[in-house]
Amino acid sequence: MKLMKLLATAAMALGLATTAMAEGHGEKTKVGFVYVGPVGDGGWTYEHNQGRLAVEEHFGDKVETVFVESVPEGPDAERVMTQMALEGADLIFTTSFGYMDPTINVAAKFPEVKFEHATGYKTAPNVSTYSARFYEGRAVQGHIAGHMTKSNIVGYIGSYPIPEVIRGINSAYIHAKKVNPDVEFKIIWAFTWFDPAKEADAAKTLIEQGADVILQHTDSTAPQAAAQAAGNVITFGQASDMAEYAPMPRVSSIIDNWAPYYITRTQAVMDGTWETKMTWDGIGPGMVGIGEITNAVPADVKEEALALKAALADGSYHPFTGPLKKQDGSDWLAEGETADDGTLAGMNFLVEGIEGTIPE
Amino acid sequence: MDLSAINPFLLLCAILVSATPLLFAAVGELVVEKSGVLNLGVEGMMITGAICGFAISVNTGSPWMGLLAAAGGGAVLSLLFALLTQVAMANQVASGLSLTLFGLGLSALIGQGYQGIKPPEFPTFGVVVAEATAERAALVARLDILVFAAIALTAAVWAFLKYSRAGLILRAVGESHDAAHALGYKVVRIRVLAILFGGACAGLGGAYISLIRVPQWTEGMTAGIGWIALALVVFANWKPWRALLGAWLFGGVNVLQLNLQAAGVDIPAEYLGMAPYVITIIALVIMSSDRSGAPASIGRPFHASS
Repeated sequence: MKLMKLLATAAMALGLATTAMAEGHGEKTKVGFVYVGPVGDGGWTYEHNQGRLAVEEHFGDKVETVFVESVPEGPDAERVMTQMALEGADLIFTTSFGYMDPTINVAAKFPEVKFEHATGYKTAPNVSTYSARFYEGRAVQGHIAGHMTKSNIVGYIGSYPIPEVIRGINSAYIHAKKVNPDVEFKIIWAFTWFDPAKEADAAKTLIEQGADVILQHTDSTAPQAAAQAAGNVITFGQASDMAEYAPMPRVSSIIDNWAPYYITRTQAVMDGTWETKMTWDGIGPGMVGIGEITNAVPADVKEEALALKAALADGSYHPFTGPLKKQDGSDWLAEGETADDGTLAGMNFLVEGIEGTIPE
Repeated sequence: MDLSAINPFLLLCAILVSATPLLFAAVGELVVEKSGVLNLGVEGMMITGAICGFAISVNTGSPWMGLLAAAGGGAVLSLLFALLTQVAMANQVASGLSLTLFGLGLSALIGQGYQGIKPPEFPTFGVVVAEATAERAALVARLDILVFAAIALTAAVWAFLKYSRAGLILRAVGESHDAAHALGYKVVRIRVLAILFGGACAGLGGAYISLIRVPQWTEGMTAGIGWIALALVVFANWKPWRALLGAWLFGGVNVLQLNLQAAGVDIPAEYLGMAPYVITIIALVIMSSDRSGAPASIGRPFHASS
């Protein structure tokens, strides 16, 4: 009994001490990050973590960052966010599409805390969204893929059937088709962002069915490894450069660069100028980078790809420019018309020519 | 839909590869259960084997050392289970479950710093399925020695249990440890050896995933295969060849569903995704209507004084 009392007193004293410490450090801005995969995934989460490290480097002592990795999309995410908010985070970045509703729910409970949700479309007075126009990068990939494929079969590992992934498939297909009218896409939905075993199996299956180009919208490097083992198959780094697989199979990549955005938003919280925004930047502002195109790609193809990248960057070309039809043959965009952001944000259809259906 | 894109021989090879980790774990667990011990820690031993094998092969540059380390790692973890259940007489179900949780945590700890690293390449051999044509490169199926080692292990375990004297003793211990003890057999020693064997097999199965099938390390990468292996042993009625069939069935449906998706078959991807689990369980439940293979003493603690 005496021991219990002692322990209870000790625990209370400790609690008081930590509260006091937390108050003492009140001037430090605390920034939290919720990650869907491990920081060592070499892809999506890795780049978000690079952004976090850039925030630490930029602000030094004025900022404290915390992160939780491999948080499942669902009730667990809500618990993690709540914990972060309770521990005094001023700004929380939730970095996966599936955190959308949890972010909105938790944000409603902590009106003083600012939330930033990646790739979603729901905002609140204290919730902003941010995303990158990855589909611009997909256009460059599609262009290279269309030129490089000899079997005319491009394998695509989709994660979840959400607008972001569907935009990527459509954009890659449109630009592959443009340079190679015979190209065909085979799509496997993995229903995961990160599961190396599943991704490896999916890549192997696509290769066995004749694909000699693999595009992935999942985060691990397992498909790269599978392509390397197969030999004459090319891949593209996803979310991160994945340069350890260059020059073959990885011939280029889409690199997400979150650091400038994270620094700007942290600064806004410090200055008290933070307000709800929906940011959607592409190659132009530098949120989407195209990794070095290796020598495995012929020089003329590389040149064209870089020209396409430049046109995307300065806005003179939009990846979704008419004439384009939907998969069912109905008209979507007339000659010269470009897709508006609203349609793109909610894209739930494939374009004409792609076989297969989007899972419900 | 274009089913002609699926090459049956390639599919067969993919099934063999997909079934191998499951088979290793299931055969190991089968021996453990035949000795009268229920070790629910298969998943934990597999994931520990996966990271031990990965770490050692990265550090030594030799995939073979990795396999050895994986078997060792799995066995060492199972030794913990053996100490708890055979010496300290702890509850086997609780010990096994905690072994899984412990293994998952331990592997995540060891695995810090091994994420995103490429392990040394494991030697595989290619079987040319179809020669190269103008439109496409040659189709080559990649197999490795462990695929056949797993099948050989199944045969060896079957022969050991059925024909050898040691196998008979092991089964006797599993059927009635009191009778075996009365005959002068060292029940605890035999069970500990069986547990170590099961741990080593599970470790190999895990390393197969991290070193050959993926090959990469990530936390929790065995993704429930250990649990499937456990179910497989029960539904296979503790018979090695049926475990092999079950493993092929699971691997087969798993690979087939990916192939059907890629071929554009019009079945919702969600149904295809759950098919391996559903079909394996249904098939095995039908197969397991006779329960003659169950060891009578399974899960019961033994002490020489009782």
